[in-house]
Amino acid sequence: MVGMERIEQRQKILTARQMGLVACSRCQQVWEKDVSICGRCGHKLVSRDPQSLQRVWAYWLIGLMCYIPANIYPMLQTRTLFYTQQDTIVGGAIELIEYESYAVALVILFASVVIPISKFLAIAFLAISVQRPPSVSHHQRQMLYEVVEYIGRWSMIDIFVVAILSSLVQLKVLVSIYPGPASLFFALSVIFTMISAQAFDSRLIWDEAHGKDEGKAND
Amino acid sequence: MTSSHTSRPRADLIVCPRCDAAFALELPDDGQRAKCQRCGTVLISPRRKAGAQIIALSLSITVLIIAAGVFPFLSVHVVGASNSVSVLETALAFSEGPLVFLTLAMASLIFFIPLLRVLLSIYVLVPIVADKPPARHARWAFRLSEALRPWSMAEIFAIGCAVALIKISALVEVSFGPAFWMFAVLVVLVVAQDSVICRWSVWNALSNDRKS
Ligand SMILES: [Zn+2]
Ligand SMILES: [Zn+2]
Repeated sequence: MVGMERIEQRQKILTARQMGLVACSRCQQVWEKDVSICGRCGHKLVSRDPQSLQRVWAYWLIGLMCYIPANIYPMLQTRTLFYTQQDTIVGGAIELIEYESYAVALVILFASVVIPISKFLAIAFLAISVQRPPSVSHHQRQMLYEVVEYIGRWSMIDIFVVAILSSLVQLKVLVSIYPGPASLFFALSVIFTMISAQAFDSRLIWDEAHGKDEGKAND
Repeated sequence: MTSSHTSRPRADLIVCPRCDAAFALELPDDGQRAKCQRCGTVLISPRRKAGAQIIALSLSITVLIIAAGVFPFLSVHVVGASNSVSVLETALAFSEGPLVFLTLAMASLIFFIPLLRVLLSIYVLVPIVADKPPARHARWAFRLSEALRPWSMAEIFAIGCAVALIKISALVEVSFGPAFWMFAVLVVLVVAQDSVICRWSVWNALSNDRKS
């Protein structure tokens, strides 16, 4: 029943843009398209942000450029009576595997390597897909965007781990842990990719559906 | 620039913020959710008691955040030496040279932004729940609170703690301070508060005063 209803309704779904309206992206209030500032929350009204993709790519690139030194420089420095040890992100995880802390190594590798790299790929894919519609459905791309938005923040874990370790383990000459320069680059990389994902206008994903099916009328 | 004051909003419509599909506005029953028929995004999820619940949660979060931020949180012991830190002190780990930026960023992400967000939501919701006209600048406050949502990272810090603890438990002996348990409760409350709130309902309540 519900399914039938949905199909029937889907055929007559119109977008705000096709109706000559614009919805505030902050508070969702609906206005005529010639209104430029939302009367409820004061946010600037844009039906589709033409600069959206440029901003996505700019922040994406900065994020990527920060991610490279984040992996080259040491993330942690451990000083004990006998030795000083420097660990990069991946090096630290490998060491954990050697100590058989598989779960922690997995969390670190996932948060610091798998999530950031998939996030770069996913944002790039979404940004390209808007201009060159691929075979991946709108629903899947929408879901991808939601996953990127949700999970991107979790990369910060490693920064917090470094902070906790290096503030806690300060035991004079016995053992002390210090943050390395990679922590700064890594945090910047996470922040810029988050901004990049936020700059993406997800309404663009759905636009070419109408472009294909109904022509670019009512623009 | 066209003036926004000459034009009235289309209050009979609701537009999906994700895909721009427009629907005739129909308020779902209490506890039900209205979803976008095209992309499935939840558009409205009204709950009659949500306002009071959020205020109660927010007040508890405010107390817990301040307490958990300042009191000792974790401590370590090795033969003869020990050290304990509060949540805010962990942010100070990055106080050397250019890493100072991280101290600011981290103190904001795990302490100041979550705190600011609950204070803003108390400020916005108390008049609404009490059926009074919205507080001054309430819309601006709610807009700021919404913009800060992805930057509130208390729950991520909590997972970071777990990872850090496992990582050093082989090296040193760790014990939990009172703030550790407060922080654990805090994270649950922060997540709960965020899932109870219906953004559409709040914005709707904030726009009603325009008519009066
Ligand atoms: Zn608005
Ligand atoms: Zn939608």
